[in-house]
Amino acid sequence: MGFRTEGTEPITKVSIVISKGSLEGIYPGLIMANGARAEGMEANLFFTFFGLDAIHKKRIEHIKVSTVGNPAMHIPTLIGGLPGMSGLATHMMNKTMDKLDIPPIPEFIEMIGDTGAGLYACKASVDMFDLTKDDFVEQVSDIITVGDFYDLAAGGQIIFT
Amino acid sequence: MTTATYAGATVELNDEGFFVDPNAWTPAMAEEMAKADGLDTLTEPHWTVINFMRKEYFEKGTGPTVRVLGKTSGVSVKDLYLLFPKGPAKMAARIAGIPKPKGCI
Repeated sequence: MGFRTEGTEPITKVSIVISKGSLEGIYPGLIMANGARAEGMEANLFFTFFGLDAIHKKRIEHIKVSTVGNPAMHIPTLIGGLPGMSGLATHMMNKTMDKLDIPPIPEFIEMIGDTGAGLYACKASVDMFDLTKDDFVEQVSDIITVGDFYDLAAGGQIIFT
Repeated sequence: MTTATYAGATVELNDEGFFVDPNAWTPAMAEEMAKADGLDTLTEPHWTVINFMRKEYFEKGTGPTVRVLGKTSGVSVKDLYLLFPKGPAKMAARIAGIPKPKGCI
């Protein structure tokens, strides 16, 4: 049973909310969803607010690391705000991830779709940004309300990122 | 650690049901383990995955992740999940008689 405490039941289902649109805000949820499927768990992804960029046909290609207001970048805020800094940091991080065999976000979303995980867009956010289902990549199966999300999540764990 | 009997031979398994000694594995054992795991029979693509996983394990010291399997085994990610519905990396590695692959993707 590895790291699982003796006498506990394994997790069989997770529903993961991705609410941020930065590279560091999107990857953790994708990795957790993909990992859940690889372990044989049921997995759903719910993209809300700026997290919608991760499934937006055009924006998915341009997800960037945030270099401002991110102390863990170890770049002074004023420097991080210079033109091109975010692009540079993203470029460097993408190179490292490629070496570790972590797929770029568009390929990762496609792969997660192939694992059979469910991908959903949040209706409130879709309405707020004036988007339609056509704006999203084909792996997105539906635009759903928060109530639908809780129905989908029933019987499993919810993770908010 | 526990033991199990597959194809008439007793083998040692770890707490998660993975082979302790991958050299103790035989193809006949895989057929029995697959049945116990809910697969009717091991088809040609199942064997492609199993053989690929064993080859990778003996070459690299760890079994491949789902992404590596999808990219290099000749079986797509979509098909991997159809072939091994209980999670390809885990289920296929167990049936292939190798330890659980290390890796997050």
